[in-house]
Amino acid sequence: MSSIKIKLKEKDVAKIIEICDSFDNNPGDLINVLHKVQGEFGYLPAEVQEVVSNQLKVSLAKIYGVVTFYSFFTMIPRGKHPISICTGTACYVRGAEKVLDEFKKVLGIKVGESTADGKFSLTCLRCVGACGLAPVVQIGDKTYGRLAPDDVKRILDEYADN
Amino acid sequence: MEMIRLTIDKKTVEVKKGTTILDAAKSIGINIPTLCYLNMGDLNIENKPGGCRVCVVEVDGRRNLAPSCATECMPGMVVSTHSMRVLNARKTVVQLILSDHPFDCLVCAKSGNCELQDLAIKLGIRDVPYIGEQSTYREDTSPSIIRDVDKCIMCRRCEVMCNEVQTVGVLSAINRGFQSVVAPAFEMNLDHSVCTYCGQCVNVCPTGALTEVDHTNQLINDLADPDKVVVVQTAPAVRAALGEAFGMEPGTLVTGKLATVLRELGFDYVFDTDFAADLTIMEEGTELLGRLSQHLQGDPDVKLPILTSCCPAWVKFFEHNFPEMKDIPSTARSPQQMFGAIAKTYFADKINVDRKKLIVVSIMPCVAKKYECTRDEFKVDGNPDVDYSVSTRELAHLIKRANIDFVSLPDSDFDNPLGESTGAGVIFGVTGGVIEAAVRTAYEVHTGKALEKVDFKQLRGLEGIRSATVDFDGLPINIGIAHGLGNARKLLEDIKSGKSTYHAIEIMACPGGCIGGGGQPYIHGDTSILKARQKAIYAEDAGKTLRKSHENPYIIKLYEEFLGKPLSEKAHHLLHTHYFDRKKEVFIEE
Repeated sequence: MSSIKIKLKEKDVAKIIEICDSFDNNPGDLINVLHKVQGEFGYLPAEVQEVVSNQLKVSLAKIYGVVTFYSFFTMIPRGKHPISICTGTACYVRGAEKVLDEFKKVLGIKVGESTADGKFSLTCLRCVGACGLAPVVQIGDKTYGRLAPDDVKRILDEYADN
Repeated sequence: MEMIRLTIDKKTVEVKKGTTILDAAKSIGINIPTLCYLNMGDLNIENKPGGCRVCVVEVDGRRNLAPSCATECMPGMVVSTHSMRVLNARKTVVQLILSDHPFDCLVCAKSGNCELQDLAIKLGIRDVPYIGEQSTYREDTSPSIIRDVDKCIMCRRCEVMCNEVQTVGVLSAINRGFQSVVAPAFEMNLDHSVCTYCGQCVNVCPTGALTEVDHTNQLINDLADPDKVVVVQTAPAVRAALGEAFGMEPGTLVTGKLATVLRELGFDYVFDTDFAADLTIMEEGTELLGRLSQHLQGDPDVKLPILTSCCPAWVKFFEHNFPEMKDIPSTARSPQQMFGAIAKTYFADKINVDRKKLIVVSIMPCVAKKYECTRDEFKVDGNPDVDYSVSTRELAHLIKRANIDFVSLPDSDFDNPLGESTGAGVIFGVTGGVIEAAVRTAYEVHTGKALEKVDFKQLRGLEGIRSATVDFDGLPINIGIAHGLGNARKLLEDIKSGKSTYHAIEIMACPGGCIGGGGQPYIHGDTSILKARQKAIYAEDAGKTLRKSHENPYIIKLYEEFLGKPLSEKAHHLLHTHYFDRKKEVFIEE
């Protein structure tokens, strides 16, 4: 997996240490720590994992193993407008896959990635409880329903100015 | 102790509560096949993820087959290890593993030593009916170890070795499902990671996923080159293990045959790393005594304990993990590197050969030695003191390739001047040996008295961490010994926190010391082989006329003719080194 290289600010490091401390630097709490740290930063870049590794005395390889095992964790920053495509059963049978393919094509990114300008990121999720509107896509807080691949361009244009 | 009675394959067996079906079966001579399971009891190393399902057995009354490695015996259990259902399931499991495994067995480096191959043979697998996606992952080559994870079966043995035993923490399973592989953090290459190249992962890998970098073709070319003078040095632990590759009993010493075979292979000079081990004792022992006397005079700046520095994996380990303590280990180079430095100066001058035409090859029980000789500080104008290192396993292959009947070879001696050694040099091959060798010399130098009893039994054994106090004629010297990097880490943490009361500590990265090195013939988890090798090394020592390094006549001559005295300026230049802070060296690939 490629990773974005970033430099952590001192206050970021302090925040990670604070989170680790709140779990007594217990290696058994690795997942909880990562959960909280991702809540803070939005994602878990390599440098963040290094700080966690030093604090919890868990090897970097193990931490990376956990981060790549659970789909909840991500090493890529979410875009300004995170796009989530429901691939739950109802959406799937009503063509979510085709909508997803169109998003991938138009944005030029894969699931789990962000566009180079940081504007959009693409993830899949399972069921948002709006099966009647299948297939459903969420962009930020806004929900779009009954989508077809043809709608994708038009929807993305709504975000052209910001 | 509560005992449990059960039936396995219609035989009644009584075992202690807590025994697994696998062990209970073994106790009555039934060897259930395993793949991911690994138990090296003497070294407290166990891997039982219950993942591969090769060891499944049928238990009456249970719906599913049970993995025998991870299922405890219960009273009255009726177990079948070879029912039709078991045999079919076992075969299917191996066929499924093979369905995502390259079919290049004929040309695989592990062929003949592969546990998956053995299993396929044993289970009579003649076809693989499952066709599906194949894993493809880039090959990762480092100075010592090659990772070819397409051959990985996810047994996780390397992970246990790397994380729990060695505490190096380089290898971990990453990603999920079909994408899952064992890799370093961020999927970086090994040479960018904190890998120490100890090679213990290679030793326990059941397949060809982890192998050593092979230098035999380079060696064959050099031996055939009339313009090159090829010199070989062979480490102590090689002679206690090489015979195994030719069907000899573990623990058979093949020192004489080894010298003969190296000559037959075409080396111009057949020398012994044991000579350089004696030289190491001269330098390291003098350094120890120097620091001790400073300490006794009340110098507060003196760095104690002194740590041995013969093991390149250990050196890299502390450079990554304890760089703030890099002035504590002895500055003495390892015997391999001392040998190279002397061969390419003192000896090259003697035979009047330019160092660039002199090829120094080492035969080592180790794969970290391959990395060690590439380190820049061991080169002169880009020319390495030791050109490359070949493992015991590679040498065995080469001997077979050269159709030499090793077992029936006559014995011969090493050449001089760099082939003479004492018993002290030989015991470098086992845990505790380096410090015992150092004690033999340091005692005599410090007390001025002859040491009557040279066997320090209190320093020997296979316990992970050992300590003993040796009486230097009224001065008690506290000695610590650790083998396995996890044990080393414990001693290092104690030094860091000021708890350590040792004067000297010997550390070897591999369990058992060099006899259990990452380049030795595979033991497939059988630690009795390590014990046999250990016994052989001590037997070789006991059989030597000279048992103390400073009595080696060629070492005395080397100092007289060339080096002056231990820790002289020339000795410092050629035989000592410095260490690096590698904490920041780990970088993240874009």
